[in-house]
Amino acid sequence: MKRPPLIPLLPLVLVGTWLLLNDSLSISQMLLGIAFAAFVTVAVKTLRPLPAWPHRLHAGVGLCWHVLIDIARSNIAVGRIILGTTRRQPPSGFMKIPLDMHDPHGLAMLSIIITATPGTVWAGHDTEHNILTLHVLDLQDEATWIRTIKQRYERPLMEIFE
Amino acid sequence: MSAADVPLWAALPAALLLICGGVLTLLGSLGLLRLDTFYARLHAPTMGNTLGAGCVLLASILSASALAGRPVIHEVLITVFILLTSPVTTMLLMRAAMLRRRN
Repeated sequence: MKRPPLIPLLPLVLVGTWLLLNDSLSISQMLLGIAFAAFVTVAVKTLRPLPAWPHRLHAGVGLCWHVLIDIARSNIAVGRIILGTTRRQPPSGFMKIPLDMHDPHGLAMLSIIITATPGTVWAGHDTEHNILTLHVLDLQDEATWIRTIKQRYERPLMEIFE
Repeated sequence: MSAADVPLWAALPAALLLICGGVLTLLGSLGLLRLDTFYARLHAPTMGNTLGAGCVLLASILSASALAGRPVIHEVLITVFILLTSPVTTMLLMRAAMLRRRN
């Protein structure tokens, strides 16, 4: 199978950030941004020798969309739970999910997605057995959480990073 | 340029978004008071960080773009940095609490 081309993520993100910060798309700012990105990429290399080389970035578009929808949905769900706490406390607890992904960048992205979604917090990762520990505010249906995390988040992340 | 210069078509949705963001953040803070365990309380402020902040930023983008007469989107960076940093603190608190309980 032919692997799709790798994309140097860090310089691209840096140029994008520079242009957004300056709020302009002029040639001079672009050149400055490219110079800045090149400088930082070289300078950071000794600090973090493991660069992120994602391929198939287009899988990220669907992932971003899913994450946005899930964040909005779980905001409403957590809001309901908080308003309902006068009657009952939510059945929160820990659960374990076996992962298939090994790429450190993919795992970092997964941890950010999970923690940024209200109602779930990344609570640890066993690197030896690749098992993720998760704290869930409203722990009723473990199978649904496993399905959501593995299919909606882990699969596109593996497509991007592995 | 002042707040009164923002045209009505932008001011109305921006005001609505600000109210939504404020209510969401308030609910998140209320959760800190109402939930009983530390682990459960950890979930509540995430509401203000995500959709709450998102609503306020959208309102800001909308009114700034209407005032400038062109799309002003550099507020997006704030969202990106919040999304990158706030989960790290949450995870840190979670891990610290778990280690403390274990010992």
